[in-house]
Amino acid sequence: MTRAGLWRIALVTGFAGAIEVLCLTGTIDKITMQAPHRMLVDLAKMIASGSMNAAIAKTLTNAVLAFLPAIAVGILTAVALFPFKRVRNVLDPLFATYYAIPVFAFYPLLIVMLGLGDAPQILLGFMLAVVAVIINTLNGLDRVPRVLIKTARVNRMGPLATAFGVMLPSAAPYVLTGVKLAVAYSLIGIIGAEFIMSRGGMGYEISFAYNNFDNAIMYPLILLILVVSIGVNTLLGLWEKRLMLRKSGR
Amino acid sequence: MKAQTRNAAINTVLLLVLVTAAWQLLYWSFGDAALRSPAQTLAYTVKLFSGEMIWPHLRETMAAFAVALLLAAVIGLSIGFTLGYNRFAADVFEPMLVALYSIPKITLYPILLLMFGLGMPAKVAFGAIHGIIPIALFTMNAVRNVRVVLIKTGLVLNLGRGEMVRSILFPAALPEIFTGLRVGFSLTLIGTLLGEMFASQRGLGYLLMNAIGLHNIDLLMALTTILIVFAATASIVLLHYDRKIHARL
Amino acid sequence: MTAEVHVALRGVGKSFSRAESSDVVHALGPIDLELRKGEFFAVVGPSGCGKSTMLELIAGLTSATSGSVEFEGASIAGRIPDGVGVVFQEDACFPWMTIRDNIDFGLKRAKLDAVERRDRVDRAIAMMGLSGFAESYPAQLSGGMRQRVCIARTLVMKPRLILLDEPFGALDQQTRLLMGDELLKLWRLSGATVFLITHALDEAAMLADRIGVMSARPGRLLDVIETGWPKERDSRIVEDPRFGEITARLWRSLREESMKSMGAAGASS
Repeated sequence: MTRAGLWRIALVTGFAGAIEVLCLTGTIDKITMQAPHRMLVDLAKMIASGSMNAAIAKTLTNAVLAFLPAIAVGILTAVALFPFKRVRNVLDPLFATYYAIPVFAFYPLLIVMLGLGDAPQILLGFMLAVVAVIINTLNGLDRVPRVLIKTARVNRMGPLATAFGVMLPSAAPYVLTGVKLAVAYSLIGIIGAEFIMSRGGMGYEISFAYNNFDNAIMYPLILLILVVSIGVNTLLGLWEKRLMLRKSGR
Repeated sequence: MKAQTRNAAINTVLLLVLVTAAWQLLYWSFGDAALRSPAQTLAYTVKLFSGEMIWPHLRETMAAFAVALLLAAVIGLSIGFTLGYNRFAADVFEPMLVALYSIPKITLYPILLLMFGLGMPAKVAFGAIHGIIPIALFTMNAVRNVRVVLIKTGLVLNLGRGEMVRSILFPAALPEIFTGLRVGFSLTLIGTLLGEMFASQRGLGYLLMNAIGLHNIDLLMALTTILIVFAATASIVLLHYDRKIHARL
Repeated sequence: MTAEVHVALRGVGKSFSRAESSDVVHALGPIDLELRKGEFFAVVGPSGCGKSTMLELIAGLTSATSGSVEFEGASIAGRIPDGVGVVFQEDACFPWMTIRDNIDFGLKRAKLDAVERRDRVDRAIAMMGLSGFAESYPAQLSGGMRQRVCIARTLVMKPRLILLDEPFGALDQQTRLLMGDELLKLWRLSGATVFLITHALDEAAMLADRIGVMSARPGRLLDVIETGWPKERDSRIVEDPRFGEITARLWRSLREESMKSMGAAGASS
């Protein structure tokens, strides 16, 4: 463990400890926030009892169903778009604007198109995630050293072999950045949709619990979502670090 | 330079035509139950602006967004410069910032509501937390990546710390900082709107949420169009300056 | 001929501790060297021998682990002395400023009056062959011209000691020879002491009054060669048979050292 890592753990523990103290002394009242140890106890109870299993399974399954196609479609779209400078110039403002737009506004449209099931939620998560993958993959492809592409040509590799054998591996760290964002965005899409209109899922349960002042359900669920997203991102981050190290040759 | 501006204009028009065409096609395939045509939406938008109803909401959103953006910029730049300077602090905090950047912040809205109550502070906070982290991360990397030789040049001239920041570090890092502010602008906007959707009873986000609930497709389409036009205009202008600053390097 | 001592290094050594591990790397020294006022001194040595560290020690950009560095009789302990100018190997132009503002940067801080500043900048621009580019940005200039901007930026401050860290390293051979001529002219005009670090033996042989030859890491002075060139000289001295002798002598002292550092580099990567 590095010194910075120890400091980080100390800071996080200190922060949680401070909240714990503030909650126990009543400076933060019970209606606003549960003491952190309560959240953990409630989370353990919730998982043990299985009361939220259906909601958790639904949200996480849908997130995966949005996330995986977003990666595949995102990477393929980026590879297809990459050679067409003109098309990209036209699309650039769209990409730059995309994450400023409340994509949730399209949810009703998706419901009319696909019915009030899981499909419009998954599509919403996909729509949010895919653009992050496209943007970051394109960014990575732009930074592939010219000499690698020339090497591929000297080796008489075709455009597809060059794209998948040389360019994407070289751009991998950037693609991974997109993949990390896609994790967050697919979850945002699914959970946001569940907040707005849904018959189940973690987002639905959180907003239901919020409306009923049921902090024993709300906080553990929020905590679980945070733990899952940070966990997945940390794993991807470790992978990314390894790729980066290989790239810088140290 | 002239040709570049003209090209940008042509590209923008082309994008506008493409989006409108796709929209019209979508309308033809799904009809009035799902959406409105571009023409209908435009007509409704004009009507909306000539009426009284939208103005207070528009003002509310703009005010919330302005405050949130200011907060995000000030806090984000401060964090970014501090961490950019201090290697050890960056080692400690960068992974935490990255982790915070990666969480679906939308799940935090109930907590913010409980902390700030329904209204302006909650949505400003929601907007600001979306913008702070990208601005901080971009600024930190920008400061850290300032070429060592430029800093040495300043040292040889015996520049003090303040002067070093003002006349070397800041201008050298500016292009990347600007990109951070551009991304921060977008994310603060969406954060503010999401805050309004879930934690407010005024503003365009609230109207949007209401329109979704009541299935008021006219209003929904008009609001979305207004927001997209605003965001796109700002993005295109910011992107233009972003490229201009980067072109000098 | 005994001239006034301008810079003195006495038993100067430098060690680094590696960030990841606790081993200490002995990078340089001990070195004893005196630079005479107004002389042109060049240092050659195998890569990684600590040449640049030596320059940074004299510039006050880093401090010595042992020994002392003196400039004009006063000790430099990691403090940057007045009257010293540095030209780096990398392009140190500020990309956000015009050429004029780049050259003016130090003068502006020195609070000289506007007329004097303008005059000095204009003269530097003319002298460095940058006329017509005053309002351009560095990105619009070639690498050689950008390096001239950096030299001009240093010269306008009228330094008494000019340190150059492989200033022509990134340039092609012809440009280097011509830049060498200009450097000699500037040196004669300014009367400053020049300390040049280079990896090019011919560059050292052509430009310097004296040449210090360094060993592989930890860098020590193996030899100091007097070239004996007249003060009035330019790149045409490469035709002089003595030029070949000096270069050959440099290479004799360096060949073995360079092989050592090449082996070390091969083993470490």
